[in-house]
Amino acid sequence: MAKRSAPEVNAGSMADIAFLLLIFFLVTTTIEKDSGLNRKLPPIEEDVEPPIIKQRNIFTVLLNGKDQLLVEDELMEIKDLRAAAIEFLDNNGDQTCTYCQGAKDTSSSDNPDKAIISLKNDRETSYATYISVQNELVAAYNVLRNRRALELGPPQGFTDMNFVEMQKNYKDARFVGNKIKLKEVINQIKLEFPQKLSEVQ
Amino acid sequence: MSKFKKKSDGGTPAISTASLPDIVFMLLFFFMVATVMRENSLKIKNALPVANQVEKLDKKNPVSFIYMGKPSDGYEKFGTEARIQLNDQFAELSEVGAFIGAERAALREELIPFLTVALKVDKDANMGIVGDVKYELRKVNALKINYTTGVGDALNNIK
Repeated sequence: MAKRSAPEVNAGSMADIAFLLLIFFLVTTTIEKDSGLNRKLPPIEEDVEPPIIKQRNIFTVLLNGKDQLLVEDELMEIKDLRAAAIEFLDNNGDQTCTYCQGAKDTSSSDNPDKAIISLKNDRETSYATYISVQNELVAAYNVLRNRRALELGPPQGFTDMNFVEMQKNYKDARFVGNKIKLKEVINQIKLEFPQKLSEVQ
Repeated sequence: MSKFKKKSDGGTPAISTASLPDIVFMLLFFFMVATVMRENSLKIKNALPVANQVEKLDKKNPVSFIYMGKPSDGYEKFGTEARIQLNDQFAELSEVGAFIGAERAALREELIPFLTVALKVDKDANMGIVGDVKYELRKVNALKINYTTGVGDALNNIK
């Protein structure tokens, strides 16, 4: 029997078809931004006595309608906010905090557990400025937590890993290491430097 | 005449385009994997601010989006002040609570406490509208929020 070879299919238009698909997907899809600052809102509670907090434990940050920043009754640039917040949180006024390295100033916060940052903004404040301020305040907490992570990590076997990396590794399914231990370290750091950021309504 | 012909005979052979489909398919697959289908068409300007202390939005948990910004070109009749957009249309502040209710109704019961509300707010919007929306969210007890931002130096926001 004579074997007839099948005629070759012309694949010249394959590129056109693929281009068509490519352009369709380019038009209909977006690269979604999925990163952001996570926050928790306070629940609405009625008739609750506000707890009495000493003035020295509150770090007031005010943002006015002209996007000017008033920190502890002094005008400040946003780039200086992070350092000021770190100084306040790390102050250790009553000397109960063994891991703080602050100035131990008795007119500033007692310890990181009691220190509260209070943020108040105007209706006319621009969102971009507000996010910048939020970012700097979160950064202040992260700097302190990173520092603590580098102290607490090595004895538990997590060397050269700061707090942000620890959290990332904890979420990462491919992380090889003791996740239960890692969670303990993360929780301890979170307890030692709790994020107490309150927003005034 | 023959002189010219001889020269063109020694020309370079045509480049083979046989691998072109492969290259285009590679690009196609990249875009299919790296992008998501556009869920809502935006009627507002939505240039997000940037921040550098960001966390990844957890996709394992349900996320609802609330957009805010000035109406974009072609929608000027809705005003020049920042507006809220829920799903595909402009919404009033009072509709936020109902929107969250509808989002919750579409979820399985055990996932409801994990619902995160992602606020995608234009950087030129002011905090008044954001504060109002936050208050509405507190009223319906949707307390987990995420200010969606790009990644970059936060000090660049103020220009």
